[in-house]
Amino acid sequence: MVSESEFDSAHRRRPSRPSAGGPFAPPAAREHVLMTADDIRRAVHRIAHEIIERNRGVADVVLVGMRTRGVPLARRLADAIRQFEGQEVPVGALDIGLYRDDLPYLGLRPALRPSDIPTGIEGKRVVLVDDVLYTGRSIRAALDALMDFGRPGQVQLAVLVDRGHRELPIRPDYVGRNIPTSRREEVQVRLLEVDGRDEVVIVRPPEEAEHER
Amino acid sequence: MSARARATGSPTGVHEASAWQRHHLLDLDELTPTEIEHVLDTAEAMREVLSREVPRVPTLRGVTVVNLFYEPSTRTRASFELAAKALGADVVNIAAEQSSVKKGESLLDTVRTIEALGAQVLVMRHWQSGAPYLVARHTRLHVVNAGDGWHAHPTQALLDIYTLHRHLGDLRGRKVVIVGDIAHSRVARSDAWGLTALGARVVLCGPPTLLPAGLRTDGRGAEEGAALPPVQVETDLSRALADADAVMALRLQRERMEGGLLPSLREYVRLYQVNEERLARARPGALVMHPGPMNEGIEIAPAVARSAQSVIEQQVTNGVAVRMAVLYLLTRGKA
Repeated sequence: MVSESEFDSAHRRRPSRPSAGGPFAPPAAREHVLMTADDIRRAVHRIAHEIIERNRGVADVVLVGMRTRGVPLARRLADAIRQFEGQEVPVGALDIGLYRDDLPYLGLRPALRPSDIPTGIEGKRVVLVDDVLYTGRSIRAALDALMDFGRPGQVQLAVLVDRGHRELPIRPDYVGRNIPTSRREEVQVRLLEVDGRDEVVIVRPPEEAEHER
Repeated sequence: MSARARATGSPTGVHEASAWQRHHLLDLDELTPTEIEHVLDTAEAMREVLSREVPRVPTLRGVTVVNLFYEPSTRTRASFELAAKALGADVVNIAAEQSSVKKGESLLDTVRTIEALGAQVLVMRHWQSGAPYLVARHTRLHVVNAGDGWHAHPTQALLDIYTLHRHLGDLRGRKVVIVGDIAHSRVARSDAWGLTALGARVVLCGPPTLLPAGLRTDGRGAEEGAALPPVQVETDLSRALADADAVMALRLQRERMEGGLLPSLREYVRLYQVNEERLARARPGALVMHPGPMNEGIEIAPAVARSAQSVIEQQVTNGVAVRMAVLYLLTRGKA
């Protein structure tokens, strides 16, 4: 777990390269790496152990990744669980686009993709997997979406990053890393399967990066 | 990522930009290949919803969709109604024969009334080509053209394209033959625009009297304002079907005979019916389609309509998914 002071110092570091185009170019957003590929691997392995421990095995566990990046994370968790326990855990994919309430206000509309929920989730211990937990609204939508596929015995939540600022009474059961952020910052999780590399970065808006210099 | 998205601090930061900015869906001649593909992708997600035990999601809760039909229709109206309901919208059906249209209310007055009643989407079918365009200019409702005269039927074309795409994948270079009364077919026209946009080769086939005038057949780009994109025209069905990946038979309207455009039904059947013998000239497993309702034994042989190659029933099912995609994108898809 990163300490507050480590986090702060990482944050105050100046950009390693000056923005291209000289002083009159628009300031570029600044990016800091918060988790490396190794950090992500260790966090996934620890969460896999925690899932096994908490559920006393994985007999009734189903992993459901939230599109886009929750899906590869869920697959990695399943791989780790297979490695540790020698058991296969079903992995599904959930698209929450049809259940969201926040996008009209954000002005963002990711393309819809089909959900793919394995077997029955009736009575199962479903572990929802997402990359970043923020306001909790995506999880609210995911819970609605999930219930349309059946009535799980229990739903747990695993996230790689919890960045705070919850707007709903939702808490994660498994957290890769807690990262305190301001609302103006952006946390980006990049995964090999989607983005070609593994890392978690924090991006500050250009105005703020400029202001700091 | 837009500046606006950054300022609001999106949770993951990386979002696929929305490919949809349209307020109305009037015809496919104005859609880019990317926009058509976006509808197909969205329809795929809707198909998953329709495969559920309870095929219903809350996406359009609170949205009212009005089906305003000035022409009789069973399947298109029912398909739109099911699509809207599967998305959680409220649906009002207005059949113009029974409404105050009979009392002389003008089209625009009717639309203004619908708008004042609080609807957001107007699905309209009209016997007059261009009617939805007139309405679209005078309303803030989202207008979906469900068929206007001989002009366009974009959601039928989208469901045809979606069905073809599901079976054939990439449509570039695929040969699609549309046979029948091309001149009076809004389906053929919209299909031709959509299919050529995705790179398919479209062959329009029918008796010369049922082919539209002024077709561009020289393979050059469509002219601004052209009625049809560049297509191949063929009056011999057997020749048209050579190496075809799909064939679509259009419904033959009996009134065409009365208008003197066809000498006899028997002659039409002899020359233009899609039957097993002619279908054998197409690629093995070529898809057989029909926008419905079918005159079995006239434009299509019953054995062909029910063969393993026929995707006619899938067209109907896919129609609901595609219309869900259209309703979703118009009301919620904008970035």
